[in-house]
Amino acid sequence: MSVTTAPKRSAERRTGPGRVRSRSPVHDHGAWFLVLPALLPILLLSVGPLLYGIALAFTDAQSGRTQATRWVGTLNFQDLLHDTLFWDSFRIGLLWAVGVTVPQFLLSLGLALLLNQRLRLRWLARALAIVPWAMPEVVVGIMWRLVYNPDAGILNETLRDLGLGDGRAWLSGLGTALPAVILVGVWAGMPQTTVALLAGVQNTPHELHEAAALDGAGAWRRFRTVTWPALRPVALAITALNFIWNFNSFALVYVLTAGGPGGRTRLPMLFAYEEAFRYGQFGYAAAMGCVLVAVVSVLLALYLVGRLKGDQDR
Amino acid sequence: MSAFRTSGPARAGQYAALLAYLVFLAFPFLWLVSTAFKPAAELGSLHPTWIPKDPTLENFRQAFDEQPLLRAAGNSLFAALTAALVAVAVATPMAYVLARRRSRLTAAATGWVVVSQAFPFVLLIIPLFLILKNLHLINTLGGLVAVYVVWSLPFALWMLTGYVRAVPAELEEAAAVDGAGRLRILVSVTGPLLAPGIVATALFAFITAWNEFFFALVLLKTPEKQTLPVVLTHFLGAEGVADLGPLAAAAFLATLPSLVVFAVIQRRITGGMLAGAVK
Repeated sequence: MSVTTAPKRSAERRTGPGRVRSRSPVHDHGAWFLVLPALLPILLLSVGPLLYGIALAFTDAQSGRTQATRWVGTLNFQDLLHDTLFWDSFRIGLLWAVGVTVPQFLLSLGLALLLNQRLRLRWLARALAIVPWAMPEVVVGIMWRLVYNPDAGILNETLRDLGLGDGRAWLSGLGTALPAVILVGVWAGMPQTTVALLAGVQNTPHELHEAAALDGAGAWRRFRTVTWPALRPVALAITALNFIWNFNSFALVYVLTAGGPGGRTRLPMLFAYEEAFRYGQFGYAAAMGCVLVAVVSVLLALYLVGRLKGDQDR
Repeated sequence: MSAFRTSGPARAGQYAALLAYLVFLAFPFLWLVSTAFKPAAELGSLHPTWIPKDPTLENFRQAFDEQPLLRAAGNSLFAALTAALVAVAVATPMAYVLARRRSRLTAAATGWVVVSQAFPFVLLIIPLFLILKNLHLINTLGGLVAVYVVWSLPFALWMLTGYVRAVPAELEEAAAVDGAGRLRILVSVTGPLLAPGIVATALFAFITAWNEFFFALVLLKTPEKQTLPVVLTHFLGAEGVADLGPLAAAAFLATLPSLVVFAVIQRRITGGMLAGAVK
């Protein structure tokens, strides 16, 4: 990035007012016409609704109500503060996001290092990795429901064959539901994380590795001093984004457990969805959305600051 | 590579780890396929087997009988195809500007692209629902397409900007010096070099829309309009009681298009994604 922009900036500087034709075709006002087709839909269907959504959080908007919607100030937020169900789902959302992101990162890192070696079945791992990545989340959920099925599922049958008890109803057990959906989350996101990390690993200068090995550095030392510094920006970016995506996820858990049993897997998105589209509480659900956006924004800010610092370090 | 020869036991450990990953990766999918081809009698057995003893296509027939799968697939195809084409058509010119010009506007747009990747959809879907309702676009594929276009724009811009940057500006400069006009340069110099990236981006937008569930669940009310992922959940029935065979068959079929398309563009997506996330 920094390598490619340096010559470009100097080229721009050379393009003084005296030059007849600019270096690139977008240096004149034609740029507006190129930007508008994408900018308009973004403003109308993305920025606009976002502001509208924030405004809704301060109203008593409900679906199918005949009276006019009124401003209620911070009432929704005050209610939210005392809504133990919401804070339960918030806690579950954090548990889920950490529970998926951390193992996903560690397993993917190990796997990326593994796939960087010359191993025989490497191509198969890469080919198979497409399956979870490309599958609709709904299908991933359905598939794992078949695996977890108490009677006809392969998981319990395998456990029975291994003499590890009679198996369980994993998705409907109060204690097992959250770990069970977390495992699916890890499975679904691993390929993407692995491929990203693998690309990062492959960026490490090979000569450095060999030099370190000649100096007698062991595998761990080589990882810490050569691989990790080069990998860090990719690792940070993918982990931050994974965490945010996981915190916001909906479809997978909706299909697996619909938030059950007894709300043990009710992620914040599921909770807000029910509040808005089952109970029609648009204003209240919008307030939830605001809280979730605030949380995610903090994380995003940390990620962006980290990225900027990373750029300066280079 | 010779500098760090791996010892025998370490190599064995590596293969064990790789094998464990392959099993972990493959077994749910193999189970889905196995279930899809099992007759009802075997699905009811308390000791399920990996390989159907008496494979059958009955589940597929039944799946089409129980739910309007063909119509749902048609809806999905229409929504995904239209959204992908429109998204790429409006994103390409903007990506070009983002890549070639630095100003407050492009900085703000790039910032928005990053931020919107992280948005909880729930805050967007409520106002969108109300807006589309006022425009009488609830329960229409047109409304869904509009949402999909905007939803896939950030990533499309992200990928395409990377592809434009990969085309050396010097080529355009050279064409300009030769006297070619702005439009001419875009169409005959930059366009052909961008084409593979544009196709990859369109295919990616297609898959995301084909797989999408949340917006379709909220915006489409009647079965005639619903897309494939939404119709698939109808197989789950009330209280999670499901007809396993047809459920597996339908789920298996819904995955095939994504798998094929994704296999084709996977490498390009990885590149585009990384360029966006790290640079």
